Amino acid sequence: MKGKTLIDKIWDRHEVRKLDDGSSVLYIDRHYIHEVTSPQAFEGLDRRGLAVWRPDRMVATMDHNVSTSIDPEIRRSTQSNSQMLRLAENCSRSGIRLFGTGDPRNGIVHVIGPELGLTLPGMTVVCGDSHTATHGALGAVAFGIGTSEVEMVMATQCLIQRRPLTFRIRVDAALNSGVTPKDLILYILSKLGTRAGTGYFIEFSGEAIRNMSMEGRMTICNMAIEMGARSGLITPDEITYSYLQNRDFAPTKEAWENALEFWKSLASDPDAQFDREASFDASLVPPMITWGTNPGMAIPIDATIPDVNDTALRYMDFRAGENLLGKKVDYVFVGSCTNGRIEDLRAFAEMVRGHQKAPGVTAWIVPGSARVRKEAVEEGIGQILSDAGFELSEPGCSACLAMNEDKVPPGSYCVSTSNRNFEGRQGHGARTLLAGPLVAAAAAVTGKVTDPRCFQNVKIQ
Amino acid sequence: MPFQPFHTLTSRIVPLRIDHIDTDRIIPARFLTSVESSGYEKFLFHDWRFHPDGSPNASFILNQPKGQGKILLAGRNFGCGSSREHAAWALFQYGFRVVISSGFADIFRTNALNIGLLPIEVEDQELDSLFETAASAPQIQWTVDLLAQMLIPEKSDALVNSQMAMPMEIRFDINAFRKRCLLDGIDLIDYLVLLKPEIEQFEHKLATWEE
Repeated sequence: MKGKTLIDKIWDRHEVRKLDDGSSVLYIDRHYIHEVTSPQAFEGLDRRGLAVWRPDRMVATMDHNVSTSIDPEIRRSTQSNSQMLRLAENCSRSGIRLFGTGDPRNGIVHVIGPELGLTLPGMTVVCGDSHTATHGALGAVAFGIGTSEVEMVMATQCLIQRRPLTFRIRVDAALNSGVTPKDLILYILSKLGTRAGTGYFIEFSGEAIRNMSMEGRMTICNMAIEMGARSGLITPDEITYSYLQNRDFAPTKEAWENALEFWKSLASDPDAQFDREASFDASLVPPMITWGTNPGMAIPIDATIPDVNDTALRYMDFRAGENLLGKKVDYVFVGSCTNGRIEDLRAFAEMVRGHQKAPGVTAWIVPGSARVRKEAVEEGIGQILSDAGFELSEPGCSACLAMNEDKVPPGSYCVSTSNRNFEGRQGHGARTLLAGPLVAAAAAVTGKVTDPRCFQNVKIQ
Repeated sequence: MPFQPFHTLTSRIVPLRIDHIDTDRIIPARFLTSVESSGYEKFLFHDWRFHPDGSPNASFILNQPKGQGKILLAGRNFGCGSSREHAAWALFQYGFRVVISSGFADIFRTNALNIGLLPIEVEDQELDSLFETAASAPQIQWTVDLLAQMLIPEKSDALVNSQMAMPMEIRFDINAFRKRCLLDGIDLIDYLVLLKPEIEQFEHKLATWEE
């Protein structure tokens, strides 16, 4: 018998029934909800006279809309937002655990799920948010769904899904210093494009992935969706297990031992066949930055914009053949489910330590969760940031999609550690340059697009 | 949201020849703050459709006479990005019933099917020829026949008398289960609710740490 992939092992285990056309009725272990894509699903259930069937499998947070301002007045003003109120009401009447604003476990859904040990290897995980792919870093089948499907899972704990094609991306060797997992995923995107993953779930493997921290792995899987793949997965290993052990909701004692034994059986079999494969050499990856309006439009930071005639250039007001180094930067955003974890804040702080924020740059340093914020303060990152003229915000999605007060004004340039540089994503007319936390740090203190490797050299001299 | 069955539809094609139209373009996030399920049509393609002062942008197709119809023809990789079903709602509530592209993002495709908006995937060359026809003969009516899985242009006298080649009929693929759901107006939640006893049985197989 042919070997199985990690994806197929998890899928098979959760297939309640197979339909005539090959689709599966797929059981969902964990369902996360937030304030933006859930109210209409609750309303739909009400109209049908149905109730949430398995509330204990659901966890809710407030993240998309929340104010991330450190001013309690501004924060309070958004707490009365109708979506927040509706979510609290819906959770309370349905018996769903909610980590609302002000809760020490509140944060971006894709940061708190892993952080609280709510997402575990081998699980099926869904959320009405495309970046649910993030949870695949723990070795789970995790994907984003729309509101009709949110309602479906609320009603029956199942979805009807076509089994995805499998795509293995192997990354050999090691990343150079000054290069982050974000640079790696932007590099892969620049090589494969934003359509390569459509119809597939991606398994990331290879030496560079195996040696990566959980935070880095989450950054990688998070952006699988930018390639069109609904999910990105990584085989669970010792790094996964030690990340999970003793997390708030992780299994303990005998259950932990049993879980561990099961998790160790999940790795793709050596003879497993993938529908598509690609491989990359991590040592060739430089710091990356995007010049256009989709995440595949990325280049090495010291390269020139390719010779294309694209509307993206007009939107960004860039020209083909131009170098981005030295371009003026108005805003810097560090945060989001892509790069809002403690390791990202550490990288940013290490780089700005002893420097000052450039005058004219507005910086939003937004931790992904209350816990990340607390850790950053306790580690002294908060102090480093404030000495350098930065402010650590309250947690939330913030300027990644500009639903709260953090909006980039028309025509302004923002170096952003988030995941999408779409037209208008960070505000009407906003121009986004996606990058990792080190490129963001170099931009924040110089006020322009700067190669973090050169910046470090300057610092050492 | 339950939907009406879909059999055939005849309409002009509204061409929007831009590749990689993401769901932030279809409806920007700042219009997602409502708890309602209707009223999204006014935000469809908002930042293309309107100037910053709120006045209509006359150069955008939906603000032109030739931009009236129930079939949207869009560039490659339509609906990429965010999972927001609001994008499908905005298209449907505006009046579109069919979107044609040579590729749809997976989540958008599912969202569309779940509300009765038909995504038709054609080959890249077919897409190009549809755009050419839409540009040279915008008045042509097309019939979408779901049962036959065909996209059929009307036999137009104007076209017959002109030097132009008649546009070709196009056959499209669709998942058989989804096709049946659309034709019969079967709602997936109704279907899954019937399976609850089987799902409950299945739950007994789960390990303790998964409960």
